[in-house]
Parts: sequence; C-alpha cells; structure tokens
Amino acid sequence: MKAVRFESVVVRYPHADRNAVDGVSADVPAGSFTVLLGPSGCGKSTLLRTVNRLAVPQSGRVRVGDDDVAMQDAVALRRTIGYVIQAVGLFAHMTVAQNVAVVPSLLRWDRARIDARVDELLTLVGLEPSRYRDRRPRELSGGEQQRVGVARAIAAQPPVLLMDEPFGAVDAIVRRALQDEIRRIASALNTTILFVTHDVDEALRLADRIIVMREGRIEQYGSPEEILRTPTPYVKQIFAIDPDLRRYDALRGALGA
Amino acid sequence: MTYITEHLGEIGSLTLQHLALVFSGLVLGLAVASLLAWLVTRVPRADTPVFAGAGIIYTIPSLALLAVAVRYLGLGFWPVVLILAAYAQFILVRGIVTALRGVPDAQLDAARGLGMSNVQEFWRVRLPLAAPVLIGGIRLATVALIAIATLGGYVGAGGLGSEIFLGLQRQYLAQTLAGSIPAAALAVIADAALRLAEGAMRRRVSGA
Repeated sequence: MKAVRFESVVVRYPHADRNAVDGVSADVPAGSFTVLLGPSGCGKSTLLRTVNRLAVPQSGRVRVGDDDVAMQDAVALRRTIGYVIQAVGLFAHMTVAQNVAVVPSLLRWDRARIDARVDELLTLVGLEPSRYRDRRPRELSGGEQQRVGVARAIAAQPPVLLMDEPFGAVDAIVRRALQDEIRRIASALNTTILFVTHDVDEALRLADRIIVMREGRIEQYGSPEEILRTPTPYVKQIFAIDPDLRRYDALRGALGA
Repeated sequence: MTYITEHLGEIGSLTLQHLALVFSGLVLGLAVASLLAWLVTRVPRADTPVFAGAGIIYTIPSLALLAVAVRYLGLGFWPVVLILAAYAQFILVRGIVTALRGVPDAQLDAARGLGMSNVQEFWRVRLPLAAPVLIGGIRLATVALIAIATLGGYVGAGGLGSEIFLGLQRQYLAQTLAGSIPAAALAVIADAALRLAEGAMRRRVSGA
C-alpha cells in the first residue's frame, strides 16, 4: 500500500468556465479508506482520475508513494492502480475469468498463476468460482457484475485502488450488501482505497477519512467523527441531518467496525 | 434448362471467377476503407470530405466507372477489382466508423484505466466489440459487389456476367439465366451466411 498526495492540483477541462479541480492539496495515508464526498460537479471524480492519469492537471502534482505520477509511463502506472467505475465496464466479449485476468495478462503472468488468482479473487468477492468463471457479463445481475469489476481491479494487488461511485447503479439492498463486502475486502487487502460517492450514508459507512468537496475545492477533510462533530455550515447542509453521532455509532456498530 | 445442365462445369468455373472478383474487391476495399476510417476517427475535419467522396463514387454509374478503369488498367481482372473496391467505400467506411464509435464508453474507460495501451485497447476491446456492426457492413458490401461484379463479363474478367452479356447479345435467354440465377443465389447465400455470423457475434457481445 502507498500513500497518495495531492499538491495544489488544478484541472481545467477545455471550454469550461471554471476549474474542475481548483487547487487541491491533501495527504491520503497509506492503507486508509478515504472517501471523496460531494455533489455532482464538485470535482471529486476528476480528482480521483488524476491519480491514474485519466485526468491531467494543468498545475500541481500527484504522488503515489514518493513518485510523481506525471513522471511515470501512464500505461505502466495504471497497471499498478486498481480502477472501478459506476458503469462497471466489464468486457462483454470475455468471460468472467477473462475479465478478472485482464491486468495479470497485461503483466504477462503465467497461465497457472492467473488461473489460481482468478479463483482466489472470485471467492474473495463472494462468487463461487466453479459457477461464475465461464459466465458472460450479460448473464450476471448488476451486483454480480460489480463484484467482478472489483475482482478485476484488485487482481494484480495494486497498492492503490480507485473506486468511482462503484455502487451507484445498483438498487439499495444490493448496495448495502456490496458496501459490507467492500469493507470486508478492504480489511483483507493491503491497499489504499480512494472512493468517490455523493451518498452521505455510504461515506459514513465506509470511510476512515472523508474529503468533502465543493466546487473543485476541499470543504472539509477529517475522520467521520471529526466531520460529524465540527461540520462546516456547508457540510451540515449536505448532510441534511443533524450530525447525530448516535446514529453514526449505530451504523458502525451494525457493521462491527 | 438443358443449357444449364449441359454447361454445369463452365458455370461452376465462372462462379469461382465471380467469387474471386468479389473477394479481391472486398479485401482491397476493406484495406482502403480501414485507412479512411482511421483518418476519419483521428482527424475530426476529415469525415465530411471522406464521406462525400465515397458517396460521389457510389452515384457514378458503375459501367461508366469501369470504362474509365479499363482505359488506365486495360481489360481483365484488375479494373473490375478496382471499381468493386471503390464502390464498397461508401458502405464500408461508414460501417467501420459507426462500428468503432458504437463501442460503449464504459468498456473503453475501463480498458484505459486498467492499463491497456492504445494498440491493446483496439485489438482486445474495441475491435471485438465492434465486430457485429462491422460484419453487418461487410455483408451489405458483399451483396452489392456480387451484383456489380457481373460487369466483369464486359471487360474480359470472366465471372457470371460473361454468361449474362453473351446471352443478351445472342438473345438467348437460357444463357442469360445461367449467369443471373447463380449470381442471385450467391448473393442470397452470402447474405444469409454473414447474417448468421453477425447474429452469433451480437449475442456474444450484447448486454453487460
């Protein structure tokens, strides 16, 4: 696992009238589960995508571990960073096993090692390998697809895992199950997780640390407890609930966290 | 009918010639169309002239275009292959561009995010996902080229057109039919076979 460090990051899209990310500096500790929280258009996804260079800052620097990502080969960099997106994006012409094996194959692992890893990962995300290995993505439910998406992202043991609203497209019940799963998987993995969501409950359920974003800037950054105890007026407003720690404690208690 | 049964061997070899013309025209056409499609996807302003050019060729009567080709290439196989390839551009370029652009963004974003190079993204993700639409374009082009290739009979390239034009000259209906029936059958068979392939690929990549 590696720390991620944003240093005065500015991203501006062509023809936009303001910066999508407007001077963000933050340290994301190695091994943490850090949630980027905010409404759509606040720059959280763009900030996430600067880590694997799908978005390129106009100025500032992003470091993974000690290394400036801009100094590395983008393709090689991405193979060391897990990436899960809301639309899942499983490759429809490949089986579940082939999807999970994408990054190990790109890294030229040998066949036996890949096969063993695929089974291990499917088990980890709660899909019985013998039942799911040879299925096609279209034969899976939305929740199952995203489990495969997660397995694919962590296949080559990336020190950093990026998740961009990964559970945004599934229904509430499946979503809860997936949140519990990812919490469990996170503790089994040796990885730093950066997780984007606009869902306050989801952020509170999952995060060690929350970065609340507003119009391209960091509004507040801290542990869930800190944010609930001393929310800025804006945070209070988007939480739309009294920062009620009993509620929060109940939530964490239910998760056994 | 007796004409056809008496000349089965000849009709068979003309059918093979016909297929050779269509296949060569298609291969050359695909090579050129791939380059043009690549140009269109790379250079945004290239699409209008490329599509317009292909459209203009398509509207020229094929016989007139063949006459021009023969003037530069002489009689025989190659002028016919050349005009077949030229006619196919209208269908193929648009087909290839549509197919490649139709690949879902999510799968392309995932491919890039997981660390595929541009070349890997193309061969491992974009092309296989574009395959059904691509085959659809090739199917339309093939059927059109099977019809146009009958012009080969006029310029000594052989093919089923020779029977058709000889029959017309001699006002001998049976001979005309001996060329046109197999040509029509070829078109129907090619259409059905490629439709099957298209359907199989579509089932493979649909959903998800």
